[in-house]
Amino acid sequence: MTPPSRTTARETKLRVQGVNKVFTRDGKSVNVLEDIDLEIRDGEFVCLLGPSGCGKSTLLNIVAGFTPPTSGQVYIDGEPVTGPDPRRIFVFQERGVFPWLTVEGNIGFGLFRLPPKEKARRIAHYVKLVGLSGFEQAYPAELSGGMKQRLEVARALAVNPDMLFLDEPFGALDSITRLLMRSELLRIWEAEKKTILFVTHDIEESVQLADRVVVMSARPAKIQRVVEIDIPHPRDISSPRYLKLRDGIFEEIGLAHKV
Amino acid sequence: MQLRRWEPTVLPLLTALAVLAVWEIGVRVSGTKVFPSPAEVGRGLEELLRKGLLWRYTADSLLRVGSGYLLAILVGIPLGLALGWYPLAARAANPLIQMLRPISPLAWIPVAIVLFGVGNESAVFLIFLASFFPILVSTMTGVRGVPPMFRLAGANFGLSIAALLRRVVFPAALPHMIVGLRIALGIAWLVVVAAEMIAVDSGLGYLVIDSRNAGKRYDLVIAGMILIGLIGLGLDIGMRRLERLKSVRWGFLND
Amino acid sequence: MLAWDILIRWSPGGLLPRPWEVVQGLTELAQKGLLFKYIVASLFRVTWGYVAAAVLAIPFGLMLGWHRRGELALNPLIQILRPISPLAWIPISILWFGVGDVAALFLIFMASFLPLTVTAMNAVKNILPTHLNAGRNFGLSPAQIVLKVIYPSVMPQLIAGLRITLGIAWLVVVAAEMIAVNSGLGFLIIDARNAGNRYDLVVAGMVMIGLIGLVLDLGMRRLEKLKSLRWGYASE
Repeated sequence: MTPPSRTTARETKLRVQGVNKVFTRDGKSVNVLEDIDLEIRDGEFVCLLGPSGCGKSTLLNIVAGFTPPTSGQVYIDGEPVTGPDPRRIFVFQERGVFPWLTVEGNIGFGLFRLPPKEKARRIAHYVKLVGLSGFEQAYPAELSGGMKQRLEVARALAVNPDMLFLDEPFGALDSITRLLMRSELLRIWEAEKKTILFVTHDIEESVQLADRVVVMSARPAKIQRVVEIDIPHPRDISSPRYLKLRDGIFEEIGLAHKV
Repeated sequence: MQLRRWEPTVLPLLTALAVLAVWEIGVRVSGTKVFPSPAEVGRGLEELLRKGLLWRYTADSLLRVGSGYLLAILVGIPLGLALGWYPLAARAANPLIQMLRPISPLAWIPVAIVLFGVGNESAVFLIFLASFFPILVSTMTGVRGVPPMFRLAGANFGLSIAALLRRVVFPAALPHMIVGLRIALGIAWLVVVAAEMIAVDSGLGYLVIDSRNAGKRYDLVIAGMILIGLIGLGLDIGMRRLERLKSVRWGFLND
Repeated sequence: MLAWDILIRWSPGGLLPRPWEVVQGLTELAQKGLLFKYIVASLFRVTWGYVAAAVLAIPFGLMLGWHRRGELALNPLIQILRPISPLAWIPISILWFGVGDVAALFLIFMASFLPLTVTAMNAVKNILPTHLNAGRNFGLSPAQIVLKVIYPSVMPQLIAGLRITLGIAWLVVVAAEMIAVNSGLGFLIIDARNAGNRYDLVVAGMVMIGLIGLVLDLGMRRLEKLKSLRWGYASE
C-alpha cells in the first residue's frame, strides 16, 4: 500500500484506503466495516448515509483519528491520519458543547494559542456568523437545542479547520429547527469553503445537503453506492430531479437493509 | 392544597415555639436539677460570649477544620484526577483505598496521638483523613464519569494532557466533586467535635465535654451543641451555594 | 504492606507496630475470645440503633415529603439538628441513659435518624409527577399508587441514603464505644492504648473496623445493583 502521490493530493482532500474495523466484545469479534475505499475532493460536501448502528459513525471516528482502523489507512492531504488534529474538527451527535463554559468560552476554547486581541476578534466574528449575538455570556443550559448545535459548529469553525466532521448533528432537533440548521450550514459552507463529511440516517437531509451521498450497507458496512447530487443550491425539493434522486436512494437503502 | 401566604414563615415559628414549650415543661415537670431549661441555655450562651470563649472556641474549631480540609483538597483532588485518568493506577491503588476508607477517622485517634502528640496537629490530621477519602473518591468517580465526547472534543482541539485535565476533565467532573466536597465538609465537622473531645483542650467539642466533666454545666453543653448545629448548617448552606454557580449547576439539572 | 514495614522500621519512637505484630495481636485477641465478642458487641449496637432509626425515620420522612405543610413546619428544625455532630450528644445521652449500651444505641439512633428522614423526604419530592399521573390515569387506588408507583420510585434514593447512613453509624459506634461503654471495637482501640500502649492491638482494631465497614458498604452496594433499583443510578 503506497501513499497517494502529491499530484493527486491537490484535488483529493481525503482518501480512505481499504479500511476494515473489527470490534471484539465478550470474546466474539464483529466485523463493523469491510473494505471501505473513498475519496473526497477539497471543498466537497459528502454525506455518509445509512440506518443507525450500521457503522457509519465508526467510519467517521476512524477518519477523525479517534479510533484506529483494524487494517487499512486514512490519508488527509496525502499524510496518514494518526490521531485527532485541530485542522479538522468533529461536531458531535450528542451535544458536545462544554456546559461549564459560556457561549464565548466555548467558541474561544480552541483559540488558546492566539493573542487575546485576535482571540476576541474571532469570537465576535463567529458569534455573529452563527447568529448568537446577545447570548455571548449565556451558558448552554440557557440555550435551545438549535442554538447549542450552532454553538458547537461555531466552536469548530473558530479554529479555522479545513475539514469538518459532523455526526448526525441535527438528529436531536425538532423538524423545523432542523430545516433552518441545514440552510444555515450550507450558508456557512459556501462562505468558509470547508470540506465537510456529514453522517446522517435521514435520506431527505442527505439529498438536500450533499454534493455526493455515500450509501452504506448493513453490517458489516460496505459502500453500497455513491450518488452524485447534481442540483445547484438552493435546491428545489419538489423538482422532478430532486425527487428522482431521493427515490433512487430510498430504493437503494431498501435493497440493502430490507426495511 | 394551596399554601396561604403566612404559612411558610409562621409554621416553622410555631414548631420552634412548640419545641421550646415541650422542653420547658419537661424540665419543670420532671423537676430535674441537672438538665437546663431554654432560658438557662440562653444565659449559658451569654456567659460564654462574655468570657470571650464563644469566639475563641468557634475560631479554634473552624481553624482546625479549615486546615485539615484544605490539606485534604490539596492532596485529594490532584491525586483523584490522576487516578481517574489512568485506570491502571486506579486499579493498583483501589484495594488500599477501599481498605482504608471505611476505617472510622476516629479509630485513628490513638495513631494520631502517637504520630503528632496531643494537640492541634493530631486534630488536623484526623480531619484531613476524614475528608481526604470522600474527596479522593468523588474526584475519581467524577473523572471517570466524564462523557468520552468531552475528552475527544478537547483532544480534537490539540490540547496536551495537562491542558486536557485542567480545561476539560476538571470542569466536567466538578459538579460531582462538589457534592463530595460538601459531604467531606460535613464529616470533617463531625470529626472535629470528636477529636476535640479527646485530643485537645479548646474548641466546641472540648466545650461540650469539658462542661460536663467539670461541674456538670449542662447549660453550656447544650449551648455548645446549638453552636455546633448552627455552624454546621452555615457550612452546608455555603457549600450548597457553590452548587448553584452557573459553571457547576449544569451538572445538577436533569434535562 | 512492604511500605508500611519499612516506614515503621525507620520511624522513631518504636511505638507503632509492624504488620506481623498486628497479625499476632489479632490472633491473641481471637484466642482470648475478645475479638469475636467485641465485633458482636459493635455490630449489635449498630444494628439496633440503625434499624430503629430506619423504622421510624423512613415513614416519617415519606410523610413529610408528601405533605408540604409538614415539611414546612419541621424542616428548619431538622436542618438545625442535623449538622450537630452525633458525638456532641454524648453528654446528653450519658445524662439520660447512664454509661452503657442504651447510651451508645441512642447515639447511633441520633446519627441515623435525621439523615434518613431527609433522604426519605427528598425521595418523595423527586417522584416524577408524570409517573403519578400515569398511575391515576390507569385507575389505581391510592393504596395501589403507594405500592406500585411511590414505593418503587423512592427505593433507589432510599437505598443510597441507607448506605451512606450505615457508614456514618459505623463511624459513630466507634466513637461512642471509645467514650460511653466498655466493650466493642472502639473500646478495644482506646483501651489498648490507655492500658499499656499496646499499639499492635490498636492497629488490629483499626483493621477490623475497616474490614467490617467495607463489608457493610459492599453489602449495601449489592442492593443497589438489583435490577429493579439500578435504573435510579444509571446516568441516562
